[in-house]
Amino acid sequence: MRKTCLDQIYELAKRDSRVVFIGSDIGSGTLEHFKREIPNRFFMEGVSEAHLVSMMAGLAMEGKIPYMNTIATFMTRRPFEQIVLDAGLHKTKVRLIGSGSGAVYGPLGPTHLALDDIAILRVIPGMTIVAPCDADEMKRLMLQTLDYDGPIYIRLAKGGDPIVSRPDFPFKIGQAIVLREGDDVLLVSTGITTQIALETAAILEREKIFSTVIHIHTLKPLDRKRLRTHMEKVHAIVSIEEHFITGGLGSAVAEVLAESDFDAVKRFVRVGFPDEFIHTYGSQSELMKKYGITSQNIANVVAKMLNSKLV
Amino acid sequence: MSRNGLDSTSLKYRLQILEILRKARRGHIGSALSVLEIIRVLFDNVLKYDPKNPTWEMRDRFILSKGHGCLALYVILAEKGFFPKEELLKFCTPEGILGGHPEHVKIPGVEASTGSLGHGLSIGIGMALAAKMDRKDHRIFILLGDGECNEGSVWEAALSASKHKLNRLTAIVDYNKMQCYSSTSEVLELEPFAEKWRSFGFEVREVDGHNIAALQQAFSEMPFHEKKPNLLICQTIKGRGLPEIENNPAWHHKSLAKDEDLTPLIRYLSTIEDRMILD
Repeated sequence: MRKTCLDQIYELAKRDSRVVFIGSDIGSGTLEHFKREIPNRFFMEGVSEAHLVSMMAGLAMEGKIPYMNTIATFMTRRPFEQIVLDAGLHKTKVRLIGSGSGAVYGPLGPTHLALDDIAILRVIPGMTIVAPCDADEMKRLMLQTLDYDGPIYIRLAKGGDPIVSRPDFPFKIGQAIVLREGDDVLLVSTGITTQIALETAAILEREKIFSTVIHIHTLKPLDRKRLRTHMEKVHAIVSIEEHFITGGLGSAVAEVLAESDFDAVKRFVRVGFPDEFIHTYGSQSELMKKYGITSQNIANVVAKMLNSKLV
Repeated sequence: MSRNGLDSTSLKYRLQILEILRKARRGHIGSALSVLEIIRVLFDNVLKYDPKNPTWEMRDRFILSKGHGCLALYVILAEKGFFPKEELLKFCTPEGILGGHPEHVKIPGVEASTGSLGHGLSIGIGMALAAKMDRKDHRIFILLGDGECNEGSVWEAALSASKHKLNRLTAIVDYNKMQCYSSTSEVLELEPFAEKWRSFGFEVREVDGHNIAALQQAFSEMPFHEKKPNLLICQTIKGRGLPEIENNPAWHHKSLAKDEDLTPLIRYLSTIEDRMILD
């Protein structure tokens, strides 16, 4: 997914002279062809994220479209105020790309776990937050980033993730995608957890429990209308995210649910990382398993919500 | 007419700032009086701009990175015709465009919304890089405070400006040696200040920041070096022109300013003929 994203920046840069790439101090050889072919729009600027976000804003104020890439934690935590003021307040057309978001850097410990990036950025007025589910969707997203107004944060997963998005479902920033429909439970997912949501739906189907899966590739602005429409049809709703359950997708879904004033009672569970620092080392999948972000566990959660037994 | 080495124009601007304070009852007066001559010379002699077309592509960019010095910028932008002078008396009111820190979306002539320190130099570097890419020859000026140089982001930006040899970029430091709490030497020593900037790759000059001729001369010598960004350290006095408030931390930001505080100051300056400019 990261490779697709960076390749797309190169493609966009070739056809649009406004496109500029900025890295902090990322992997050797990153976008080497970009650097070789378009050296005056390639910047590798050092471990100075706060400065770089403001610098990007300055470039954007002069009509450039800067894309910056660094590790998700350093893209969001360190330069938070610069993002709020120089990207948000100034409504600059900057693109912030967080690599290894969620639990991708699980082996490297809590300094590198980006389980709060959505929460951090969701409070900034006018910020757009996108988490594609696979490389194909990333490509569709990147094409739209050129002419989209205001700042965008792009949440990158590990790469090599299975393709679950579908070319026949139109992609538009801000518009949630309904990947399948069922009457019993609504599974709301974002990023690579959409893959888990689809697996969960398949497990549940074998038990005659039918799921709607909504893929929220855009966490902000949230497609509240589509969410509400599908919430209304079911009794149970589960949000699934590779993020703290505080402040991210689960919180956003809860806000919509709480304000919807449905006649019927809805059961709601947030699946994600608990509100605590994670001190366990391990791969992304090991950490997700430990905290129950797996299709089998979520299927059990749903069965319990619906009072039926599963394995 | 002059007083304490300030000419009638400098006195007039100071009176306008006091009038604003009398109306709004608040404002960062100490900083405004510290940067007043620097901004005046920039707008009188240095910057290319068009008040009728504030976003004119070929204009020089000026960022007041120490946004709290904005009262000085406001009186000069008004004088130059960026907005009507009546706006000055709506400072910090819901009806006005001028706030306690300058906002880009509201005020013609303000390039960036500042107020939080340590952003302006980096934004200016982005602007300078864009100009370099597009082979445009306008210049970028950023005015920083000395207290602002406590921010790490200023030094990240300094490394970056010299890496890119941005000789059309000028950082100006208002070096009044006072910050909010006390003196810069007590809060966080900056010396050897010029040497620090030199070691970060800037070509440095120092000048009396209240001396109009000296400022004009310094700006006329830019770029100081063909391959280095410019750094002009302006030796200034916080609250300059009003002995009562000079170097007095109580006047860093005045809120709930009372008539009995302000009237003597206005009277002190009001010996010039064109007093009450805003009346």
